[in-house]
Amino acid sequence: MKKSKEIQSTAASLQTTGFASSILKKQFRFDDWLAEKVIKTVAFMSITFVILIFVFVFRETLPLFKNISPAKASMESPSTLPSETLAPEVYDPGSSEADALLQPETYGDVVEELPSNAEIPGNPPSEQVTSGSENGNALATLASKDWLPVSDRPRYGLLPLFLGTLKVTLIAILFAGPVAILAAIYTAMFAPRRIREFIKPAIELLAGFPSVVIGFFALMVLASFFQDLLGYSGRLNAFVGGIAMALAAIPVIYTLTEDALTAVPGTYIEASLGLGASLRQTAFQVVLPTATPGIFAALLLGIGRVFGETMIALMATGNAALMTVNPFDSVRTLSATIGAEMAEVVFGDTHYSVLFLIGSLLFIFTFGLNALAEFYFRNRIIRRFQGK
Amino acid sequence: MLWRNFTSAIVSSGVSRENDQPAAMKRTTKDILLTSLTAVSVLLILFVIVAMLAIIFIGGWKNLTWEFISEFPREGMTKGGIFPAIVGTAVMTLIMTVAAVPFGAITAIYLAEYASEKSVLAKTIRFAVKTLAVVPSIIFGLFGLGFFIKFIGFHVDNLFNNGELHWGQPNILWASLTMALLTLPIVIVSVEESIRTVPKEVREASLALGATKWQTIRQVVIPGSITGILTGTILAISRGAGEVAPILFTGAAYYLADLPKHMNDQFMSLGYHIYIMATQSTNVDDTLPIQFTTTLVLLLLTFSLSMVAVILRYRIRKKAR
Repeated sequence: MKKSKEIQSTAASLQTTGFASSILKKQFRFDDWLAEKVIKTVAFMSITFVILIFVFVFRETLPLFKNISPAKASMESPSTLPSETLAPEVYDPGSSEADALLQPETYGDVVEELPSNAEIPGNPPSEQVTSGSENGNALATLASKDWLPVSDRPRYGLLPLFLGTLKVTLIAILFAGPVAILAAIYTAMFAPRRIREFIKPAIELLAGFPSVVIGFFALMVLASFFQDLLGYSGRLNAFVGGIAMALAAIPVIYTLTEDALTAVPGTYIEASLGLGASLRQTAFQVVLPTATPGIFAALLLGIGRVFGETMIALMATGNAALMTVNPFDSVRTLSATIGAEMAEVVFGDTHYSVLFLIGSLLFIFTFGLNALAEFYFRNRIIRRFQGK
Repeated sequence: MLWRNFTSAIVSSGVSRENDQPAAMKRTTKDILLTSLTAVSVLLILFVIVAMLAIIFIGGWKNLTWEFISEFPREGMTKGGIFPAIVGTAVMTLIMTVAAVPFGAITAIYLAEYASEKSVLAKTIRFAVKTLAVVPSIIFGLFGLGFFIKFIGFHVDNLFNNGELHWGQPNILWASLTMALLTLPIVIVSVEESIRTVPKEVREASLALGATKWQTIRQVVIPGSITGILTGTILAISRGAGEVAPILFTGAAYYLADLPKHMNDQFMSLGYHIYIMATQSTNVDDTLPIQFTTTLVLLLLTFSLSMVAVILRYRIRKKAR
């Protein structure tokens, strides 16, 4: 058999070369070549976009790091500031960034130096220095407990913002996670076929609710409802925001969990049922453990969704940067801070840069979550199904 | 109470199915409890969806008149309609679609037709697209501000307008392009999915007839996946019309007396209108009906669009089977 095929093919190729080589030979076609190049370039652009997003969000934070060196100079020799401290206006991201990373201890000293510099009025060079050390000061206050960007001595403490974001995310995931996973189990395992075909698109419609609509709903309806129910004092707080964000996270977690559950090979289920296990036992003790990596990935992406959610946070969490763990206190999340304050800042000043710094942190965090979900958990699930 | 009864009715229907299964003959209390718990979760989600729809519908329905849709806001936003917000949203999504759909469709063609599954480039592109899909929308807003307005706009103004501010400020073009970036992954995913449903045999037949690869793609693959391109477009519009965070500081305005006439005008948008009215309006009681009706209009818009997309997608998947 094999031989005859070989003969056939050689005969065919002989024929080809014999009388029609000029027609059948793969010839260079300009439009084909051009189309491929254009398509490839366009496709490559999506990588460029991700890089551009990172570069340009990070670029606006650079003034923060850039002015560290003048601040340090002022600290070392307060009397001979003028000309040298003005010089580092040159745009030099690399070295200054390294400076910032190498010597974080100096920030504390800078703060102590600041008031004396600020006290000298009407001296242009020293004012320049003040703006320089203000940036140093801003970096120093990043770890403080106050977020007071608009005050005489602005403080940019990110801790309350982080705490607030963490609180809201925790509440949202504690609510959305179990509900979405259980709903996915029902859809994948227990639901009769007709009901399943109705449930799945219906729950996915929740993803079609714009977040501003969910935020509006939380602000107008959920806030009053929970206040009546639980009797706390502040109408808008982390709890209301968390519940509202859970609504945004549910479709994400649900869809991905459902995919993970249905990806479990049917043989597993049949084997389990064949051994006499009930459908419930099969669902919870065979299918669910097998799909764990996929469910973790779903939860991670759900966390990413809540972490970066802006409109719901703006509308339903109350937006006060408090350092408490009480879930019924008002919170200000990282993304809501950007959304609320970016419109009011002066372009290019310290506050503006700090907001972009928060943006960079958000970007890095969600990027990391996505990478983790994509590479780590995906590889695990593939390995598991291959029985390794 | 009604809700309890409803729950138990559906739960029992879910459990009764187990009776048909020979494997589940011995049902313990635990079985019933856990199974009902899953069903209750589904019902809880569905209940919230229905409640949300119902409350917004009831709150906004009375006010939804032709005047509301076709008039400008009056008397400090307490009266009148939302016409400029509707136009602004429509124009923004139109520009966004023009930018995002060709780009997304071409990327999808590359991923489905040219790239091999194992190539590093294709894998990187896929990862980049997934990253774009999960990056928080506010980051796109920051990017729009940092890249389009402060970088491109600034340099364009310096080059052509002697530093006068024309493009280096928030406007509808930058907002639309920012939004296009946000919706790009949606387009890519649905177009690629539908390209993959075009049978291999059709492609091979075309190639065997002497068509080149590009001819095959242009005349066989793209016409075969037109539904997918349409689905992607609709989903992108639905998402873009509803998102607010990316346009917060790239072009949306609270109130404008005129419709946007140039690419560098600001615009009003439905979602932004809701946000501003709900959080910063000084007269909540007077504007509450307007807020509800605006939300209803936005919801009807995005909802009907995603409904169409769900149906189209269902058809594609059916074809794929």
